[in-house]
Amino acid sequence: MTVFILRRLIQAVIVLLVTSVIVFLGVYAIGDPLEILLPGDATAAERAQVAASLNLDAPLPLQYVTFLTSALTGDFGNSFVFNRPALTVIFERLPATLELTITALVLSLVIGLPLGLWAGTRPGTLVDESVMTGSILGFSLPNFWQGMMLVMIFSVWLGWLPSTGRGDTGTILGIRTSFATWDGVTHLILPATNLALAQIALVIRLTRTGVQETMPLDFVKFARARGLSERRILFVHVFKTILIPIVTVIGVEFGSLIAFAVVTETIFAWPGVGKLIIDSINALDRPVVVAYILVIVAMFIVINFLVDVLYSLLDPRIRGRA
Amino acid sequence: MIGALLTGETMFARILRGILASPKATAAALVCLTLVAAALLAPVIAPQDPYDLGAIDFFDSRLPPGSESLSGMTFWLGTDTQGRDMLSAMLYGLRTSLAVGLTSGLLALLVGTTLGLIAAYMGGRMDAFIMRFVDLMLGFPTILVALMILVVFGQGTWKVILALVFVQWAYFARAVRGAALVETGKDYVEAARCLGLSSTRILAAHILPNCLPPLIVIGTIQVANAIAAEATLSFLGIGLPITEPSLGLLIANGYQVLLAGLYWMSVYPGLLLLAIVFSVNIVGDRLREVLNPRLET
Repeated sequence: MTVFILRRLIQAVIVLLVTSVIVFLGVYAIGDPLEILLPGDATAAERAQVAASLNLDAPLPLQYVTFLTSALTGDFGNSFVFNRPALTVIFERLPATLELTITALVLSLVIGLPLGLWAGTRPGTLVDESVMTGSILGFSLPNFWQGMMLVMIFSVWLGWLPSTGRGDTGTILGIRTSFATWDGVTHLILPATNLALAQIALVIRLTRTGVQETMPLDFVKFARARGLSERRILFVHVFKTILIPIVTVIGVEFGSLIAFAVVTETIFAWPGVGKLIIDSINALDRPVVVAYILVIVAMFIVINFLVDVLYSLLDPRIRGRA
Repeated sequence: MIGALLTGETMFARILRGILASPKATAAALVCLTLVAAALLAPVIAPQDPYDLGAIDFFDSRLPPGSESLSGMTFWLGTDTQGRDMLSAMLYGLRTSLAVGLTSGLLALLVGTTLGLIAAYMGGRMDAFIMRFVDLMLGFPTILVALMILVVFGQGTWKVILALVFVQWAYFARAVRGAALVETGKDYVEAARCLGLSSTRILAAHILPNCLPPLIVIGTIQVANAIAAEATLSFLGIGLPITEPSLGLLIANGYQVLLAGLYWMSVYPGLLLLAIVFSVNIVGDRLREVLNPRLET
């Protein structure tokens, strides 16, 4: 286990280093920061002065080392737009994104698991067929268009829910959250549904496949032979077995929720990191873009690492590999 | 494969029979074929050339579906904010979306298959290296990686394709490696080696054909994913250039007037996008059942 964790850690460091080199080359070296920072009529002397102050006249490898050392201390420079440290801007926006993704995650499990169990225990029936076709429809629906349709139906036509923004937040147990106010909850419903829909489809498919693969196994037959009720077999014995793949999927799912939050936040003007990155790309706000990419890559490495560790704890057969 | 040899049935016949056996898959396949034909024939069947500025009249802008233009032409699906016929714009948009989706799908298949075969055949360090990379790629969501690539390398049609290939090859590589590992252990590969055939020939002519079933399934699903991913990137404003609007860009333009109640500019292109992605996925799902490669969902 220690070797496994150690190997994973070394790998994580390598991935982060490679990403930082690519990002550095792409964002810093290919484009010319002076074009953006200086007015068009700047003299050559002014250019040289600014270049020297930003360390842009140094050789490229040296510039990278400077970039890396300051990045390691959390210094990605100030955001051009907000004029505050890029990392601070990102961490301020992170709670809104996490609130959205966690709500969507919970929704996808609460709706997806029962539907998957329902379809899984009735293989080949109309219920199974409809739920499975419905789930294909679920992940075929282009996420952004589906969100627009939600806005059109529930905000423009019916006028039931607000279309954009986060609404009022309050404090529960020291955490600022939309759940504290009714206004906040109504603002959360549409974006969370938009984000959750494709994941619901995924959870349904996984649960259904898991149930159908587990039901014919010997231990289920023995449980039946012991006279256990069908309900107990399904919810205790079968469910426990299929929970292993589902736990790993939750990790992966959380990742793709954070990714698709970029789309959802753009549609619903949700003030999280996803909207921030799109705004920053459009505003050529390099420090924020660079900080975002490295923070997200680090976040994913941590998530994938935790999933691997969790998996090898749940299923000892995995430990030999990797 | 052996079964197919015994019955003399080609893979194509097996796929066709499998699809025809399911009414749902048949309908989906027909939708796919119709849409591909409509995209190819767009210059012929579209009522208007959306790229020809001379044919577009600004006075026709924002007309609801069914309106007539001053020159007597009917806009069955309405017009956009510049006075373009929506139906024509959608047909041309479909063309762009399909072209980008298919190109990136095929390139990813090429890259992924090559690397997957190399990993399986060479084994050892090479295998470990390639598969570590595959695992790493699969650990990151498609959209996010594509977004990062476009941010770093800039925008443009070929860069979008490059980004899509980069995020998709790993799925092919993993599937091919799995299938090829099973095949390399079989007697016929040993026999080919004894005949002194070159590694390249054994891989391309003997092992690859037996890895086709999972490739066909993944290829189908990945084309659907590529179309959806391109649309999403274009919607976010970091995808294709405005000169050749894909369905995603049309929807993005329509979104700006959606809150004003001008629904047709985003609803119809969206429905078309949904139709193509959904029907390709239904066909892919059926192919999985017919060819039965052991894939996770």
